[in-house]
Amino acid sequence: MPARRSTLGLLDRKLLFVTGKGGVGKTSVASALGHLAAAQGRRTLVCEVDSKGDLADFFGVGPLSFEPTEVRPGLFAMAMDTEASLKEYLRLQLKLPMLAKVGPLARTFDFIANAAPGVKEILTVGKLTWEVRERHYDLVVVDASATGHVVGQLASPVAINDLVKVGLVRNQTDWMIDILTDPDQTAVVVVTSPEEMPVSETLELVGRLGEETDIEVASVVVNRVLPELFARSDEEIFDRVREPDAMAALAERVGGGVEQVMEGAELAVSLRRSRVRHLTRLREGLPSGIPVLNLPFLFTRSHGVRATAKIAESLGEELGF
Amino acid sequence: MARTHQDRQVETLEQLCAAKEIVVSTGSGGVGKTTTAAALGATAAARLGIKVLVLTVDPARRLASALGMERFGNVETRVPDSAFDDAGVEAQGELWAAMLDTKQSWDDLIRLHAPDAATRDAILANPLYQNITGKFVQSHDYVAMERLYEIHNSGRYDLIVVDTPPTRNALDFLDAPERMADFFSSRLLRWLIAPYRSRVVGFASKPFYTVADRILGTQFLEDIAEFFILFQSMYDGFVERAHAVTELLGSPQTTFLVVSTLEVAPSREAAYFLSLLAEREYHVGALVLNKVLPDLLLDKSATESARVLAKHGADVGAELDEQLQLGMAHVGSVLTEVGRSFLDYQVVARREAEQRRELASIPDLTLSVPYFDDDIHSLSGLLRLGEGIWS
Repeated sequence: MPARRSTLGLLDRKLLFVTGKGGVGKTSVASALGHLAAAQGRRTLVCEVDSKGDLADFFGVGPLSFEPTEVRPGLFAMAMDTEASLKEYLRLQLKLPMLAKVGPLARTFDFIANAAPGVKEILTVGKLTWEVRERHYDLVVVDASATGHVVGQLASPVAINDLVKVGLVRNQTDWMIDILTDPDQTAVVVVTSPEEMPVSETLELVGRLGEETDIEVASVVVNRVLPELFARSDEEIFDRVREPDAMAALAERVGGGVEQVMEGAELAVSLRRSRVRHLTRLREGLPSGIPVLNLPFLFTRSHGVRATAKIAESLGEELGF
Repeated sequence: MARTHQDRQVETLEQLCAAKEIVVSTGSGGVGKTTTAAALGATAAARLGIKVLVLTVDPARRLASALGMERFGNVETRVPDSAFDDAGVEAQGELWAAMLDTKQSWDDLIRLHAPDAATRDAILANPLYQNITGKFVQSHDYVAMERLYEIHNSGRYDLIVVDTPPTRNALDFLDAPERMADFFSSRLLRWLIAPYRSRVVGFASKPFYTVADRILGTQFLEDIAEFFILFQSMYDGFVERAHAVTELLGSPQTTFLVVSTLEVAPSREAAYFLSLLAEREYHVGALVLNKVLPDLLLDKSATESARVLAKHGADVGAELDEQLQLGMAHVGSVLTEVGRSFLDYQVVARREAEQRRELASIPDLTLSVPYFDDDIHSLSGLLRLGEGIWS
């Protein structure tokens, strides 16, 4: 953990790594953060690191590439490509434009990148921190690797620093580390859902980030929080209505399907209640000072541009905009 | 013999586990891949009277402890019969479990295959080796496949159910062995390490080294070179095994289980993965769908009742209160909520039913597992889940 916590608002940072256990909706939250930041007039870049192509869906555009696409006014989206990142690095930072074009060199690096995968991590983190350093955007939002891999990714400049004691790479990793460990510039947003494994992984990740890196966790976003069906005080009404005489009267009035409707309600209550326990565990397990933001479960559209807009709206409310 | 397994349509998991020697559980993160693999292994051991190993990669702690893996980790450990007794099941066979520890597996691999003690020690002490095996992601994929191959060839088990690492891309672990083989047989690699071997930098590669030195520093290049030179001593073995692992994945003894939920992103990934497996002519045994909402949400008469409640809940509540003399406030609002909630969940259930229809058209066997309130972390829970999809 960094020595101090930033007092800046979430979107006032320069670089946000959005991570979470697979399947909790981190891409939708990353796209919504970008959407929201751009709507506030920030020039924003959203970058998908694991090129699964989901980010494009959430912006309703075709496949994304290394070259950013403007998906809405002031909102840009790109997909990480480590080979392209290497070429850009050689061209812009080492001033070796011709080398980037030499096939065998790029292929050699590709081989090294595949065998010694820290190279891919550093090319990813390097590109993102570089965009921040050059102030090309007000905010860079990263749809980062899942919880299992993100620590390795964020710690890669330090790991490379341990391996490489001198040379240009060393100078490069130094400024990356400076950006990453400045809580006013860089933070991690952990997305989770109120279920057992996602909550456990979130708590583990927050612990590991604190122990193994100096990068701040700005917020934990709990996605897909199911609505409370009715207050506990109304539970006795539900139980009473479930009794045979009331069910018979209801079937008479609204049709025989009412039995399944009640079973559906019981399912909804049990889904909600089993999740509340995990929410409590999350709140109690997190170190103090990390805000928890709740996003509702989206029944109608959970994927795509509509989902991005809805999630951005809820995020905005949670952040007090 | 080889064709008959492929041609016959598999109708149950029971049949599949009886016929195959390796079941590979795949799917995107968070869909219950590990739990499904463990449930299948436990059920196969209980029902088929065979010796089963569940090889998991990153199990939840409570699941690991349910299978007794907490203390043993990388070592294959038998789940005691008493655990089955406690779950009220008489095990016909044996259930074994192991958790893959990447670093430990790599070290074992080097110890096993290094040509001599000096090479072994030099590799184990090389800083690049320590970083690759300890910290970085892709080495998981390779070593998982390598370990599977080693265990299969040992002949210790009738059935191995293997969970796959949480990869960025479904292809990664399938390609890992061949990528390793490509790497070690690459001319580029030899070219890269040649100067460190001969201490004479050839004319052609000189500019490259000048640049590489500038970028990476001499010490790092030397570490890389040492690492690869040492690894080259194991070259033949690595390449040979990489090919053998690929062969094994495509052999008739092996089948793939694609695990998914019916949410959009995992479903898409499952569809993509099913198409990749088909492209490579790998055998897909079954599609297992987790967290499936119950069919009652799609019921027509229920929909009608829910609509009336959602719209006229207040009236219905007032009538009910009067008719039965309930003397309760809020009956109307509770009924309205119940009706609305049903319709909300129905939207999800409808979307998922369509998703299921699209996915299920690909493999022969599709199995649905309902929502569970909690994650499963006991042998009895695993057996209950397994029984639900077994036959």
